[in-house]
Amino acid sequence: MNVLHRPPVEGGSERVTRLRHVLVAMRGDKLALFALLIFAFYCLVALLAPLLAPYDVNSTEFMNLENAELAPAWQTGDTRFLLGTDTQGRDLLSVILHGTRLSLTIGVCAVLIQVFLGVGIGLLSGYIGGRLDAFLMRVADIQLSFSTMMVAIVVLAVFQTLFGHAAYQQLAMLMLIIVLGVAEWPIFARTVRACVFAEKEKEYIDAARILGVSKARIMLRHLLPNTVSPILVILTIQIANAIVAEAALSFLGLGMPPNQPSLGALISSGFNYLFSGAWWISVFPSVTLILMIFVMNLLGDWLRDHLNPQVTRG
Amino acid sequence: MSLLSINGLSVKFKQRHEDLVALHNVSLSLERGERLAIVGESGAGKSLLGYAIVNLLMKPGFIAEGSIKLDDRELTRLSSKQWQEIRGKKIAMIFQDPMVTLNPVLSVGDQMVEAIRSHTRINYNDAKKLAIEKLAHVRIAAPAQRFDQYPHELSGGMRQRVIIAIALLLAPEIIIADEPTTALDVTIQAEILQLLKQICADNGVALILITHDFGVVSRIAERTLVMYAGRIVEQGPTLEIINDPQHPYTQGLLNALPQMALPGQRLNQIQGNMPPLNDQPRGCAFHPRCPYAEDKCRIQPPDFIFSGVSTVACYAIEDMLQAFEPLSEEDADD
Amino acid sequence: MLSFIGRRLLQAMFVLLIISFVSFMIQDKMGDPVRQMVGLSVTLEQREALQQELGLNDPMLIQYGRFLGRAIQGDLGTSYYYKEPTIDVIASRLPATLELSFAALVLVVLLAIPLGVFAAIHPKNILSRAVLLFSTLGLSVPIFIVAVFLMYFFAIEWGLLPSFGRGETTSVFGLWQSGLFNRDGLQHLLLPSLSLAFVLTPIFIRLIRAEMMDVLQSDYIRYAWAKGISAPRIYFIHALKNTMLPVITVGGIQLGTLVAYTILTESIFQWPGMGLLFMDAVTRVDVPLISTYLIFVGVIFVVTNTLVDVVYSLVNPRVRIPGYS
Repeated sequence: MNVLHRPPVEGGSERVTRLRHVLVAMRGDKLALFALLIFAFYCLVALLAPLLAPYDVNSTEFMNLENAELAPAWQTGDTRFLLGTDTQGRDLLSVILHGTRLSLTIGVCAVLIQVFLGVGIGLLSGYIGGRLDAFLMRVADIQLSFSTMMVAIVVLAVFQTLFGHAAYQQLAMLMLIIVLGVAEWPIFARTVRACVFAEKEKEYIDAARILGVSKARIMLRHLLPNTVSPILVILTIQIANAIVAEAALSFLGLGMPPNQPSLGALISSGFNYLFSGAWWISVFPSVTLILMIFVMNLLGDWLRDHLNPQVTRG
Repeated sequence: MSLLSINGLSVKFKQRHEDLVALHNVSLSLERGERLAIVGESGAGKSLLGYAIVNLLMKPGFIAEGSIKLDDRELTRLSSKQWQEIRGKKIAMIFQDPMVTLNPVLSVGDQMVEAIRSHTRINYNDAKKLAIEKLAHVRIAAPAQRFDQYPHELSGGMRQRVIIAIALLLAPEIIIADEPTTALDVTIQAEILQLLKQICADNGVALILITHDFGVVSRIAERTLVMYAGRIVEQGPTLEIINDPQHPYTQGLLNALPQMALPGQRLNQIQGNMPPLNDQPRGCAFHPRCPYAEDKCRIQPPDFIFSGVSTVACYAIEDMLQAFEPLSEEDADD
Repeated sequence: MLSFIGRRLLQAMFVLLIISFVSFMIQDKMGDPVRQMVGLSVTLEQREALQQELGLNDPMLIQYGRFLGRAIQGDLGTSYYYKEPTIDVIASRLPATLELSFAALVLVVLLAIPLGVFAAIHPKNILSRAVLLFSTLGLSVPIFIVAVFLMYFFAIEWGLLPSFGRGETTSVFGLWQSGLFNRDGLQHLLLPSLSLAFVLTPIFIRLIRAEMMDVLQSDYIRYAWAKGISAPRIYFIHALKNTMLPVITVGGIQLGTLVAYTILTESIFQWPGMGLLFMDAVTRVDVPLISTYLIFVGVIFVVTNTLVDVVYSLVNPRVRIPGYS
């Protein structure tokens, strides 16, 4: 039994030192540190949006057409609305805070589905191998070749036609999460599979097999822990991609409805007023979105360089 | 005057805090047409020395000190343009693994013709003729067909022949061969070695053969140089070194050869491992593994002395010589 | 080799079958051909009779078979809105999308190869770091934001370029309405193709840089240096050729992304291509058009991917196709 229990422990301590190594390296890299701080700030804002927002977005007074299209405070001197108001008189800062929260929620939930599907399929494919593996990886290749955005646009468009516009808006968030979640599982599956392939040749797995440990237990207890750091590496970038995809879909009218705006929906509704001079309605959410995606991409790149250089890229 | 003379060469790896020293104060000379072997375990710095001679050190490696002279011309201060003229033309190289040395997307012919045309003004057809001639020279059958083939269509031994042919294209003065047979099948190794030896002898090319295998050395080289942990520890005529090794490390290497062990006996390994670059021992680098190590070995590295057989850096030899032959100090100054 | 191509073709057929089935289901579930033909002013009995006559009461598989049979003859239904065969409607929009994609790809190649190669050759150079940082930034800006702000500044604020549509087109051999041969058409093309290039270029810069850096570490490059080959020849012949092979495969995979991006770009610039047609069809619930677009794009994907795979394996038989073990 000794043989069986040592490797995970080793793996554990190795992971701790690797984490420390990452933290030390991060201190030396100002750009990465900066990105991490901003990302942490975004997460905090998303979590605390209802507390931080100057106005309660759910109250009936929040939408007041008398205040519509007010410019930011430094232009009007009106200190009630720091970043101005949108076309329905909503305080832009409050709307952006909630939009950030919504965008991040959709991104994180979609990626959770990706991880769940990808890890499951990747473990099975990698550990069992053979025909099952060949089949699953072909499916993964084919699905990837159609590109997530394309699949999402088509599926959502079809559902919108099927349900009708009004009913679709009720389900928009759920649909977005499911579609973005299901469409990108191959990314995680491939990475996990590559990891399992490398690990399953090692002696302790053989030892476990000979001792009659069940397949499920080998996969979950011995193989799964080894896939953690490659998963972490793609995680941030995947969340960023999901958020961008959500924004694009909302822009096309296939995403979040205007009364429950994510950042993408905010930007797209603001575009209509860009040309009439109300630039702030689209510019502030755009900057918020771009900065968030930018720091996440920086972090993802940085993690890839420092955690493991050989993540299979789609 | 030697064809190639290296004096006090040090190679370092650039690090954030303190640079790591990979080659310590290496000096050697090579005569015209001479065949020299550089022997050592992997990590001894022998390949690094080969790359340093043609200024192809991978970053962060760099030449920190010392001089490399070819025909009395100092190489270490050349511009990259001047280096380009020397590589391939004056000094050709043969790499270890022929499977990854040739560019997979260019035909054999392209890779030969470009080598010729980079150094001489000669039209394509003449270059092609020369290339096919050299392919025939290294005993490749149907050289004209091979010329148009891609590397993946050739076997490993065939590719190494192509690489030898490329080395010969511009009639260089020196060929540096870095473990040229290690990646090949045992049956082909002897053929390639024989070819290499003969071609150098026929064309009067000097050869620097980098290897870890004394078996290879004995077949080819006139002179041998043993390296350990980035330092030369012993050099001399190959026969003398094989028959009467002086340095404990050379003795250890030769003892470790399978044919030195009696049947049924265990192989005689040298205890321990070569020290890593960032953890070099003080004094003689070999002392942690040396059966004869004394206190002074741990403090100050030994100087070279002439033992009557070869030039050695070892206190034990020094002491022995002083005990038996007090006059030997004069020889050591040579 | 032949068996490889055979397997790929078989697989392509299989994928096409799935796509056609999906679009059949869409037409079947969402469209109502009877209402389309006769409107609402018929009795239930008449409807029944018509449904029977059209074979709409047959088992689904038989209907699917009939659908496939018609599809192979090029009949994928009639657009509700345009009252024309859907395949003709889409074909008339194809040149616009192809020209847009082509212009964007030319821009991408012109920008990404020199920048990616430079960043790979001089990884520590301040300019390379800037290129890399900007490509990460470019990757982070959603295409619709790029498109709208380009349009806002160049077309509205400064009035330098037209803001929407395709402008003047000339007919080439009576087959192809092209905007590439006159000033007006090219001016209209500039902003949409710039937007597309803006988001695609960073992807390729990063890809080329990463692949090229790998290649530059390889033994055959070191050997090329040892042969005394000139630096430009090593970078642009020895290294770039090896870099481009994987870049082309990934480029083939990016085709899907390109099509998705053309949908966004065309919607913003009202570019009369397939993407805009599709979004309009979605708004108008033009079911036959939606399902035909699906099949059409599906065919393009499958054909391109199969071609890329096969060509790649022909050019480079020593390399195993990734994921094909």
